[in-house]
Amino acid sequence: MTDPLPAPLAESPLQPLPDVGGPAQALLSVSGLTKTFAGRGKLFGGRAGAVQAVSAVSFDVRKGETLGIVGESGCGKSTASKLIMGLLEPTAGEIVFDGEALGRDAAGLRRYRRQVQMVFQDSFSSLNPRLTIEESIAFPPMVHGMARKAAIGIARDMLAAVGLQPAQYATRFPHELSGGQRQRVNIARALALRPRLVVLDEPVSALDKSVEAQVLNLLMDLKAEFGLTYIFISHDLNVVQYISDRVLVMYLGRVVELGAAEAIFAGAAHPYTSALLASRPSVAGRSREAPPLVGDPPSPVNPPSGCAFHPRCVFSEAVCATTRPALLPVAVPDRQAEHLAACLINQPGSGHSRAPKAA
Amino acid sequence: MTLIAAKDTPATDTRAPEKAERPQGYWHGVAKRVLRDKATMFCLLVLLLMFLAIVFAPLIAPYDPYVGSIARRLKPVGTPGYLLGTDELGRDMLTRLLYGGRLSWFIGIMPVAIAFVIGSSLGIIAGFAGGWLNMLIMRATDVFYAFPSVLLAVAVSGALGPGIFNAILALTLVFIPPLIRISESTTAGVRALDYVEAARATGAGPFTIIRVHVLPNVMGPIFVYATGLISVAMILGAGLSFLGLGTRPPEAEWGLMLNTLRTSLYNKPLLAMLPGICIFVTSICFNMVSDGLRGAMEVKN
Repeated sequence: MTDPLPAPLAESPLQPLPDVGGPAQALLSVSGLTKTFAGRGKLFGGRAGAVQAVSAVSFDVRKGETLGIVGESGCGKSTASKLIMGLLEPTAGEIVFDGEALGRDAAGLRRYRRQVQMVFQDSFSSLNPRLTIEESIAFPPMVHGMARKAAIGIARDMLAAVGLQPAQYATRFPHELSGGQRQRVNIARALALRPRLVVLDEPVSALDKSVEAQVLNLLMDLKAEFGLTYIFISHDLNVVQYISDRVLVMYLGRVVELGAAEAIFAGAAHPYTSALLASRPSVAGRSREAPPLVGDPPSPVNPPSGCAFHPRCVFSEAVCATTRPALLPVAVPDRQAEHLAACLINQPGSGHSRAPKAA
Repeated sequence: MTLIAAKDTPATDTRAPEKAERPQGYWHGVAKRVLRDKATMFCLLVLLLMFLAIVFAPLIAPYDPYVGSIARRLKPVGTPGYLLGTDELGRDMLTRLLYGGRLSWFIGIMPVAIAFVIGSSLGIIAGFAGGWLNMLIMRATDVFYAFPSVLLAVAVSGALGPGIFNAILALTLVFIPPLIRISESTTAGVRALDYVEAARATGAGPFTIIRVHVLPNVMGPIFVYATGLISVAMILGAGLSFLGLGTRPPEAEWGLMLNTLRTSLYNKPLLAMLPGICIFVTSICFNMVSDGLRGAMEVKN
């Protein structure tokens, strides 16, 4: 956009909202986030088992970084993303965006939604089949008060930004596009409001490998271009390793490990992360330091006592079934960067035989 | 702000057709598929001809529908001057069928139209809102489901007394619950899709989301279902008239005609069946059109 915007659109969705807290302030700070789905209420009292999909999850997203969130299906990744998007009401916990607590007041929520957008996994179901591509992308700016014509203009700019020729694609319908093209459209729609944080919920999981690489590269380019911060949710460790600055590992609704991507991929502190890393298909006959995961994750309706991972953990001891480990810094001297893990093995004096001796 | 160029336009993105003109919209595609469907087109043509015939009945009909003569009662089909014969009071059958179609069509379409407006509104609200509102609307709907539809129509009609207005009211009541149910399930299905979530994530209000994202995606299936109900309404309406609860003599209506002619079923079977054939053909055609539309509207991925 080279033209200055006309006066009524001074606070238009095209202008990203300004940075408030400065670079040191985390863009998004989540603390104690909990979501309990209270099973189906029965007609005559009584409740079926409640499910705690996300339990006391706390983390920061720093300005300009890509935070990867990994975990098996059902671990609460998607619920966490919907909580962050304000699509679900948290049972407990707080979300602070750039120093401002996310309240329930309409104006604050509206401001927040302009700054935080989401890209969904299923490129087909996330586009309205009755709207043309440009109409889909123009919808968010129109919701924020932009005139249709101006919004369509933005939509076409965004299409160009994601590598789709506006002249060729703008008036097509979603079913006339390939999966990769549709996912580009979804990205364009998420960027149409000029958000600062984009939550990418498995954005490339449904794509062909060749297309996946293109979309990942596009995402990295767009991040630099628009000064974005990403939360990248995936179950594909290779993709997460490729794109993330920091990685958060979830298991059964809890954070089990959080740290710099290099640190985690070089030496995971939590046995679950090690097992995940070991379950990656290997071409080169990589020597496996930890056995890959077996079995399914336990039911979140009735989670195991103590450490939720202990029934599947090779290092499990009696203490693991009784004590739930807190998320604490890993005491390994050669790692200066922040590296947290929730495993008794890393915690001096925890009672686990492999734990380091208390100082 | 500078926008990055399409520097890595992938191979998959170029195999799309070259045509640069505006591609055809969804409804254009539906129309094209319907036009190619011979059975549906034939039924549409039959319905159209029938519609024109009953609309212009006063111009086409050779006689007065209410004036008969006992002297020429129950003439068989093919009698010169009375192409489709005469009824038990000596009135011209062709004339009576043309005029009767007006009422039968009215009774077939009106209740469905009213029920469509009420039922789809309530159903879409229930499906979109969820929670206690959904509970309230759907449980109220279930109460109506406790009665068989024919029994409900007869009961309501019987309680209100005979007459066209009451018959239409009774039929409307019968058709609201299934339309609520189909609208609710269709809407709930659409609401769970990611594009509705994405719209919520932009901060759009519920009415904007319903208008832009829900209505265009649910009206088609609901409309098709309602079209299928027209034939049921016609048959039920005819049934009410047959039982003496709908239209009253000397009004011409197919169901009523079927009733008054039933005594002649053994000596003039063809004559007595004529109104039934009309009902049959119309409802079959409405059903076929409804099926054809359903088929044509299924979006292929």
